[in-house]
Amino acid sequence: MILKPQVKDIKNIGYYLGRIILGIGLTMFLPFITGLVLFREPDPALDFLISANIAIFIGLALSWLCKTNKELNTGQAMVVIALSWLAAMALSAIPLLLSGHYKSFLDACFETMSGFTTTGLTLVQDLDHLSQSHNLWRHLGPFLGGQGIAIIAISFLVKGTGGMFNLYLGEGRDEKLVPNVINTARFIWAISIVYLILGTIVLGLIGISIGLKPQSAFFHGACIFMAGFDTAGFSPQSINILYYHSLTYEIVIIFFMVIGSFNFNLHYQIWKGNFKEIWNNIETRTFLFVIMIVTLITMVGLRQLGVYSDGVILFRKGFFQIISGQTTTGYMTIYAQQFLKEWGDLALIGIILSMALGGCACSTAGGIKMLRAGIIYKAFRQDIKRMMLSPSTVVAQKFHHIKTMFIEDAQVRAILIVTLGYFFLYALGTLVGVWLGYPFLEALFESTSAAGNVGLSCGITDTSMPAILKVAYIVEMWAGRLELMSVFALFGFFAAFVKGK
Amino acid sequence: MKSLFFLVILCLMLHTSNCYAQPSTSLDLLNNTKDYDGKSVTYKGEAIGDVMIRGDYAWLHVNDGTIAIGIWAPKRMIQDIRYTGSYHKKGDMVEVSGTFHRSCLEHGGDLDIHASEITKISPGSIVVQPVDRRKIYLGIYSLILVLLFYALKKLFQLR
Repeated sequence: MILKPQVKDIKNIGYYLGRIILGIGLTMFLPFITGLVLFREPDPALDFLISANIAIFIGLALSWLCKTNKELNTGQAMVVIALSWLAAMALSAIPLLLSGHYKSFLDACFETMSGFTTTGLTLVQDLDHLSQSHNLWRHLGPFLGGQGIAIIAISFLVKGTGGMFNLYLGEGRDEKLVPNVINTARFIWAISIVYLILGTIVLGLIGISIGLKPQSAFFHGACIFMAGFDTAGFSPQSINILYYHSLTYEIVIIFFMVIGSFNFNLHYQIWKGNFKEIWNNIETRTFLFVIMIVTLITMVGLRQLGVYSDGVILFRKGFFQIISGQTTTGYMTIYAQQFLKEWGDLALIGIILSMALGGCACSTAGGIKMLRAGIIYKAFRQDIKRMMLSPSTVVAQKFHHIKTMFIEDAQVRAILIVTLGYFFLYALGTLVGVWLGYPFLEALFESTSAAGNVGLSCGITDTSMPAILKVAYIVEMWAGRLELMSVFALFGFFAAFVKGK
Repeated sequence: MKSLFFLVILCLMLHTSNCYAQPSTSLDLLNNTKDYDGKSVTYKGEAIGDVMIRGDYAWLHVNDGTIAIGIWAPKRMIQDIRYTGSYHKKGDMVEVSGTFHRSCLEHGGDLDIHASEITKISPGSIVVQPVDRRKIYLGIYSLILVLLFYALKKLFQLR
């Protein structure tokens, strides 16, 4: 029997949702202050003051009206997470809409969902004239969303631990780096902020060396780092990474994209001095293997069509786009039109494959994830062994992820359900795209990019695309980032309202 | 007969040069990269972003209203460019003549135009962005509302 949610359940959800909305509102003071003091952009700065006040008011009102001391159970936490990502999208879209660079509120919502989910597909108009305050907010979105919106709340705004772990789980993460979930959240912030400082300095200095003015170089450095490490792929200029015309810049970005797509648990091991984990971990091994396969497919495709006459250029262009797809960042050193007009089907299939599989679990990356891909492969091998050996033989399959573990059937089942969910998402967007008249491969490419939170585009994502496709991609980005479970929980919650007793 | 032949050739040449003189749009160039590869093109738009000096040359980006394309030009050619577009500035409008590269061998495969001539069509300017008074009022009133609400909440909690 399905139980109808009671007032106490709604209050519990409302309270924690309010705290998260409050956190989102407070973060808007950063572009407000920098816009006013650093960039001298009073009008854009006011957009953030207004939006911050709206968010803080809603957050305070919700947490006051729904005041509770009870901890969240798993189902409630998942509903909170699913709703808080929708709330973050809508509230963060207000300053973008006020900038006048978005044609509609839906376009602004698309942009913020793309940012928070670290996707990087964009519908901004005239990006080259967008204020620095709004640009900072576009890039701050991935930095907050990449680490996890709930992580902000867990780190600073809510008390208790049991409910906090459920919130942490709701964002598609199930690995605690340290025993306490609050300390895990704080470690994720600490590691990200240290990398942010280092990344901004490195990219800023390279920016100066390639001819950017110092202020511009460090602003670009901070933005590119936030969207690179958090695997989002936004950039302050309309032509993305092509703007810099620099091999050094591209190499450093590749490095940040790769470390951004690594599991935070792996970062923690490296910080502890356990460098062996890099090589022993199933995720890094799978990552390397997949990179080799998709590189091979893409290079063969590009070579076959003679897209690049020079081998070094072939590798530079091909490899950057592959890493960008695999880490689910979406940075580009070619124009979207070139994907379609020049790259050919085989190379596109290579990129689609890398986008679909994605980066590592418990990272800022999207897609199916390397941990799942690695375990599915091992389970498959285990089943083949079972078939070949005598029925009485016990076939155990181990894998190493931080510690060595045995593969269990229940674990494989759970992994396969999520993987199937991703395939369903990829298919959903493709179906809508094809229904609206786009060619199959283009629709598949863009849908995989949205649901895998990648951001590479073959040109479909544009302000002129039908509103229904924009909504479909928003749903894909949202569900893909939350690894579907929280979204299912939200639908279940609404269903319980209707059918519950 | 001979003069007629030369007249026809001259007409054809004029026709061809007119084709090249017709400014191409970024979409036209990007949708037909293979057709334009290695050909002379004319491209018109607003200079945007940073001018990145690299030795005796520089990178300039020109946006025709749709998307920007990187222009590789000798430093002397861009000396006239005073404003490049950003939030605070409207960039100089320029017309670039040069060779279009789908995948430039000199620049790591980047799509670019190597300029042979850059003409400033109209100068840019500093853009004074006015502050919307409604936003000021809305910002202040909403801030007061939030502070009052917060104070009220604290007051109730104390009771």
